[in-house]
Amino acid sequence: MMAETAVSVHEMYWGISLTGLILFIQFLGLACFAYIVFKRLAPLARGERDLRLDRSWQRLQNVLKFWFGQWKHPRYRVAGILHLLIFAGFLILATRAFYLLTLGLSDDFMAAGAVGRMYDAVADYAATIVFLAVSAAAIRRVVFQPARYAVPERYGKGHPVDAIFLLALIALLMFSESLFEASRAAIQVQQGRAPEFLPIFSLPWFLKSTLSSLSLTTVWSLHFGAYVLDVLTFYFLLCYRPFGIQFHVETSLFNVYFAKLDRGTVKPVRWGVSDEQLDQVKSFGVKTFEDFTWKHMLDFYSCADCGRCSDNCPANAVGRPLSPRFLTIKARDYSFQHYPVFGSSGNGQPFIGNVYSEDEVWSCTTCGACEEECPLLIEYIDKIVDLRRGMVDDGNVPKSIQKALKALESRGNPYGKLEKKRADWTKDEGLLQASSVSVLNGDSAAETLYFVDSITSYDDRIRAIGKATARILATAGEEFGILGAAEKDSGHDVRRFGEEMLFQALRDHNTDAIKESGVQRIITSDPHAYNALKHDYRDLPPVEHVSQVIARHVRSGRLKPNHVENGSNVYAYHDPCYLGRHNQIYDDPRDVLDSIPGLRRVEMSRCRDRSFCCGGGGLMLFYEPQENERMGVKRVQMAVEAGANVIVTACPFCMVNIEDAIKVSGLEGKVAAIDLAELVDQHLVREPGTVVNETSEENERVHANA
Amino acid sequence: MEILVCARRVPDTSENEIQLNGAGNDIERDDLVYSINEADNYAVEEALQIVARAGGNVTVVTVGTEEDEEILRRELAMGANQGVLLTDDAFEGSDGEGIATVLTGFVQKGKYDLILTGVQAEDGGAQVGGMLAAKLDYPFASLVNSIEVLEGKKLKVGREIEGGNKEMNEIDLPCVLSIQTGINEPRYVGMRGIRQAASLEVPTYGAADLGIDKGCVGEAAAKVKRDDYFVPALGKGAEMLQGSSEEIADKLIELMKAKGGLQ
Repeated sequence: MMAETAVSVHEMYWGISLTGLILFIQFLGLACFAYIVFKRLAPLARGERDLRLDRSWQRLQNVLKFWFGQWKHPRYRVAGILHLLIFAGFLILATRAFYLLTLGLSDDFMAAGAVGRMYDAVADYAATIVFLAVSAAAIRRVVFQPARYAVPERYGKGHPVDAIFLLALIALLMFSESLFEASRAAIQVQQGRAPEFLPIFSLPWFLKSTLSSLSLTTVWSLHFGAYVLDVLTFYFLLCYRPFGIQFHVETSLFNVYFAKLDRGTVKPVRWGVSDEQLDQVKSFGVKTFEDFTWKHMLDFYSCADCGRCSDNCPANAVGRPLSPRFLTIKARDYSFQHYPVFGSSGNGQPFIGNVYSEDEVWSCTTCGACEEECPLLIEYIDKIVDLRRGMVDDGNVPKSIQKALKALESRGNPYGKLEKKRADWTKDEGLLQASSVSVLNGDSAAETLYFVDSITSYDDRIRAIGKATARILATAGEEFGILGAAEKDSGHDVRRFGEEMLFQALRDHNTDAIKESGVQRIITSDPHAYNALKHDYRDLPPVEHVSQVIARHVRSGRLKPNHVENGSNVYAYHDPCYLGRHNQIYDDPRDVLDSIPGLRRVEMSRCRDRSFCCGGGGLMLFYEPQENERMGVKRVQMAVEAGANVIVTACPFCMVNIEDAIKVSGLEGKVAAIDLAELVDQHLVREPGTVVNETSEENERVHANA
Repeated sequence: MEILVCARRVPDTSENEIQLNGAGNDIERDDLVYSINEADNYAVEEALQIVARAGGNVTVVTVGTEEDEEILRRELAMGANQGVLLTDDAFEGSDGEGIATVLTGFVQKGKYDLILTGVQAEDGGAQVGGMLAAKLDYPFASLVNSIEVLEGKKLKVGREIEGGNKEMNEIDLPCVLSIQTGINEPRYVGMRGIRQAASLEVPTYGAADLGIDKGCVGEAAAKVKRDDYFVPALGKGAEMLQGSSEEIADKLIELMKAKGGLQ
């Protein structure tokens, strides 16, 4: 049967040998693609080292979840589902695409049906779904124009035509494939044979019905034409992809596999160079494009320009000159321009001043919202830190931050306060009566260290959080002490502001002090210190944030909160970035709040891993950003919109930013901020005589006003 | 251009709580942290920027003891080519003129086109620059807030004058300039640079090396002596308004009206 219908590919068609033509197109397409990819890999070969070959099982799991499973996509419902459909369709069609491509080389041009009819039916639907999905995506782009795709003027012009062109190419590919299937069936019908099965309502099914009236010769031409069109579109698309956002089709699998695995950490100055060897490193950080690691360059290639990062970026939201999306797009443009497919590669120019501005790089609070959202697991914080390292190395640091860094160097705190006054907060009246906070200086020992850090030690307002924490720990029966003058700043944000060597000096000092104190565990009330001790320090006893400790004691019944003092208050918990996103502690603080009987709690629309940064902690308090409004002001608005009048947080820097924002917004007396420890401290049932309940001014205000 | 910057190590006013000692003739120095005098840091930055444009070398010199070496290393980390410590028991207790004498001895040993000092030391009297120029018989400009290198061994310097005005001068090289803060934005000196500068050699010179008569310097030769040190009593300059924000605002408006600030 086959012999009478199959057309020999060796016959001349339109004056060309079919096999020759197909072979030529395929060879040309593959050669072009190989050449382009080779050129695209050139900067990666020149990039810095990045060790990403470890933990392959964990990396495969990431691939299954984030690439194959498209885990993050549905966070944006419509776009996510459209992408999921296109992605699934592509996977299904990949097999048939390769089959079709090789078909032209076989003698049985018409004999396609021999391979799994079931699969063919599924593939027909897949092509139909992809066709519809890209059409919907195009309509969305053209008609609805979601705001996050817009390109602000300062970042250059957008590429809406590129997106439409890409979608059109995919649609064309689906169409040509379906036409090929449909025409084959139509030929079979006209030849009086049992036609290939075309699933109902699929694109080939529709096309077949329109072909039935045409002559056999025309349908044959269409059949052949569809094949050539399909092959041409396929290879054009293949070679076109490395020129823009569509390259993520190829790079995404690798980008997800090689993605960063350790939350809360910062990359080393140079991969494979130990801290001791750093003195021999000639230059720190990223100064030119080639200073990025190969993985970070792969990030630039992998960005699909979906805009989710910037849609979530608090710096972008308040008009700071930073948009994570354009950090990537600008670097990719630079790469394409300086490592062109044709022509020679140019020498690197300084990145700061030419591609990124100084304020752009300092504007980031390292809150991690962009990374949390990126479906392709592109990294931003490490790049920002590397760029800052480069600027610090060149002495290029804003004056206000220089002062704080200098004070950290000479005094161990950014305020330039005396070391010997670090434990003064424990002497304040009304802290504790029965027990006092002991300083672990060799004479006294304790099982637990309360690592206070600079802001809680020195800031008048924040000391209240330290005192509340100390009272809670005492009430829970924890045997604890502090390092006092021997403690220096954790250096968390010193590292994230790019002053690596100063960070290491602070870390080494604190590590020695902690080890000398002989403690078995560490508690801190500051998520930044928590993150530093947990991820930036090495070989320390286990570290906990106070919210975890309180939650545990509440569950065990050692801490019993009273009924809420003011039942008319509505509380909203604000997730600090370094407790939530960077360390995944979302439930403990909420459980603690919910353990206070009668407390009414609401969630803000942006909560948990989508929490909106208050404005940043550590050295960010010393930075004077260019912005239209404060992040904290936006955050307070969100709390008000959620119907809350008390914002509960668990971070001293959030407290500073949110209280300032309440004042700036003119909401003093209407909205209040309170730390989780302060709130718990107010509601504790205590054994009589052990502890004085000192209600801070702030706490009184919350309850007087609400 | 060969540039010499005269620098000094002072207690850092932003990171210390300055208190009088028991005797009341000095400040309590036990818990002090020191750094380079701020205006001197601007002078070094300016020197580095001039050299970046016009070529040459920057030498930073200080009169003091071994403890003062740290600021030289900081300036080396900043980019200065050489740091020199002028130290001798005989220099101790020098007044401004004594320090100018020591510096003059050092300048005469070398060949510098331009000598910069900070406008004043935070614990000093803005006198060394002028005296140094006089002793060297060099032209001098004070409160300099811009420098442009001209053809033919000349500079165009801007000077800050009262009322926020600026005066432009042409000055012949070699000359001495005292640099006002704000002339530039001094670069940050990181921990890494300081560590790298720790191993650099800092030459020291004593009175004999500089050919200085020990009788002309030091405490004995000082004609200006500090005999008291005190924190002035708070004057009645400020009135603190008290009350709620609204009450404070009302009182403020009342006061401004009363004083004619508001019509």
